[in-house]
Amino acid sequence: MKKEFTISIFTEHHIGILNQVTTIFTRRQINIESIAASASAVKGIHKLTIVVITTEDMIDKVQRHLEKLIDVLKVFVHTNDEIIYQEIALYKVRTTEIMISNKIESIVRSSNARFLEITPEYVVIEKTGHKQDTTDLLNELDPYGVLQFVRSGRVAITKQTKELMAYLKEMDEANNQSAVHSQQSAVGN
Amino acid sequence: MAKTRKKEKITGAKALLYSLIEENVNTIFGYPGGAIMPIYNELYDIEDNKLNHILTRHEQGAAHAAQAYAMVTGKTGVCFATSGPGATNLVTGIANAFLDSVPVVFITAQVVSNLIGSDAFQETDIQGISMPVTKWNYQITQAKDIPEIISKAFFIAGSGRPGPVLIDITKDAQMQTLAFDYQKCTHLRSYNPNIPLNPADIESAAILINHARKPLILAGHGILLSKAGKELKAFVEKTGIPVASTLLGLSVFPSRHPLYAGLLGMHGNYGPNIKTNEADLLIAIGMRFDDRVTGDLKRYATNANIIHIEIDKSEINKIVEVDIEIHGDAKEALKALINKVNANSYPEWLSEFKSCNKIETAKVIKQECYPSRGEIRMGEIVSLISEKTQGEAIIITDVGQHQMATARYYKFKNPNSFITSGGLGTMGFGLPAAVGAKIGKPNVPVIAFIGDGGFQMTIQELGTIFQYKLPVKIIILNNNFLGMVRQWQDMFFDKRYASTELINPDFVKIAEGFDISGRRVKERETLEISIDEMLSREKSYLLEIMVEKEGNIFPMIEPGSSVSEIKLC
Ligand SMILES: Cc1ncc(C[n+]2csc(CCOP(=O)(O)OP(=O)(O)O)c2C)c(N)n1
Ligand SMILES: [Mg+2]
Repeated sequence: MKKEFTISIFTEHHIGILNQVTTIFTRRQINIESIAASASAVKGIHKLTIVVITTEDMIDKVQRHLEKLIDVLKVFVHTNDEIIYQEIALYKVRTTEIMISNKIESIVRSSNARFLEITPEYVVIEKTGHKQDTTDLLNELDPYGVLQFVRSGRVAITKQTKELMAYLKEMDEANNQSAVHSQQSAVGN
Repeated sequence: MAKTRKKEKITGAKALLYSLIEENVNTIFGYPGGAIMPIYNELYDIEDNKLNHILTRHEQGAAHAAQAYAMVTGKTGVCFATSGPGATNLVTGIANAFLDSVPVVFITAQVVSNLIGSDAFQETDIQGISMPVTKWNYQITQAKDIPEIISKAFFIAGSGRPGPVLIDITKDAQMQTLAFDYQKCTHLRSYNPNIPLNPADIESAAILINHARKPLILAGHGILLSKAGKELKAFVEKTGIPVASTLLGLSVFPSRHPLYAGLLGMHGNYGPNIKTNEADLLIAIGMRFDDRVTGDLKRYATNANIIHIEIDKSEINKIVEVDIEIHGDAKEALKALINKVNANSYPEWLSEFKSCNKIETAKVIKQECYPSRGEIRMGEIVSLISEKTQGEAIIITDVGQHQMATARYYKFKNPNSFITSGGLGTMGFGLPAAVGAKIGKPNVPVIAFIGDGGFQMTIQELGTIFQYKLPVKIIILNNNFLGMVRQWQDMFFDKRYASTELINPDFVKIAEGFDISGRRVKERETLEISIDEMLSREKSYLLEIMVEKEGNIFPMIEPGSSVSEIKLC
């Protein structure tokens, strides 16, 4: 059974990492529903948030494959109930449409969106929410002529209590131990 | 511990070479060109006994040679190529090393950094092209990054599940100067190859092993890579469990050992394939359940629990669901297991393998290896070489029927004495691999079995053999066909031999041009003397043997069939 998964990938900030990550999905014919890249709470570590629809079994394989990438530090896979997430959408509508009736204004008000910019030619409306919410607003505005529409990739915060820092610390400790171990065995060679 | 050189100002090119020396490299396979000239220019000043550069005749040859060198020596191979076509010519070799998990550091040159992205002369995005077939790759645009990145490259290539790493260095980075200081990389925060074993997994594996009635070990390349041949032998001799080998696992366990059960897979032995579905426990070590090994997955290991010892977590449960995963190094895992398992023997179970061997001998091996009439068979040649070298040679193959015949009939004695292209199945691998193996192990006889098709894919490497006077023995098993493809046409495409017949040139005459003596053998009567003559020569030699044109390799698990449906004819 296919489900929606949100994958959070923490990486070194290297050129080409996005490429390495996305080929893992393309090779398995998995469509990326949305993608967002940003800094993380830890300095120097980058975060990719990718949403895909696939099976439990496939997501396990993808996770292992992603973790195998040398520049990837940690990968978390979550279902929607395990995260707080948001997307942002922008809509461009002709100002004349607003002049003709106050319909648009009431749609914006009732859907908790807001006007981001108003010029004599056009207005830009902003809405944050889940995909369904931003799609609903698009449908409502559609009769008035939407000149441009864009939606960001999903950004997500996990509900889990153990944070990345704690994992990094564990990884560091394991690494230091094995470095000592490999130095000892190198002496033996 | 490695000495670190004190800070002198040197060029990036020289820093690269010094870094290689710090990593104990003494042999490089490569081919020069415009963008990499600063590196070759610095190489000119370094004595051969420090860094010996082998100029192949094609970059693909350099890549395969570096891989074979790595496989026979257990060190990390090194290969140089220039930008553009030099780099793209490496791609098959990189992919080959990737699929067979062999550590090779590829150094490619790149156009000067301010031209990158402009379609400059001989610019190609080799980082992008090689990304899916490297363990890691990186582009250096500043000389000061060279020592650190090279040390990372060696650490990554050689640790964990080994693999090829590609470092692309721009021409300006090669020419800038830096204060050289080398620190060996021992760990990275994003990559920890030293995975501690989970004692609970060892415990549960030992319980399964101690209670099994029909256990079978599947030995893969991972055991060779972790240098655990001795531990495997100790484990097997204590537990009495028979060992079957994958193609790339061959030579890790002696073929003549009473507990050796044979080769797995499509053209493997009858016993280990049939018994895979009768075993109640499979202990898979450093292998990845390739489809050429498993046949139809729905009907694979139908009665068995599976223990998988594997260093690459992404391989565990990738193809088959296993019962116990031991995530870690094969050597460590075997050491830990030896103390927990009971000494045992399985006389009845072993006798079943013996009966299978009798059947296979009667139906296949006898005719293949000891025919008294008809055309010469591949099997009899391999058996003869096996007897005469007593398993002490390094055996190389190309890809095709001759590869399967060699894997089936040579009796291996020493680890890392079988070098072949497994995962990628690259025709043209054999001849350059022989070059690399001979340079890596100059005191061991190197014998390459190559098909008449594959020989012509990298035939130019005869030039390398000539230039460096490499005493390799080349045996061409000439069936005037792309034999393996013809076999499939015969079996699955109504014998419609589309484009598989080869009209071949005079190979012996070609060899003569490279100062390689040779001989063509057509009759059984002269086969043995010719082999003796070849083996007695100090120098390189090419023996072309005309074999049965339409011989087929059996046994065979046909595509889509189960291992238990393996056909004997
Ligand atoms: C580079 C490459 N191209 C094509 C193939 C497909 N292929 C596999 S075996 C084979 C025939 C090999 O013929 P030959 O070298 O004469 O060996 P034989 O099977 O006759 O022993 C071919 C074409 C391949 N493995 N590699
Ligand atoms: Mg042939």
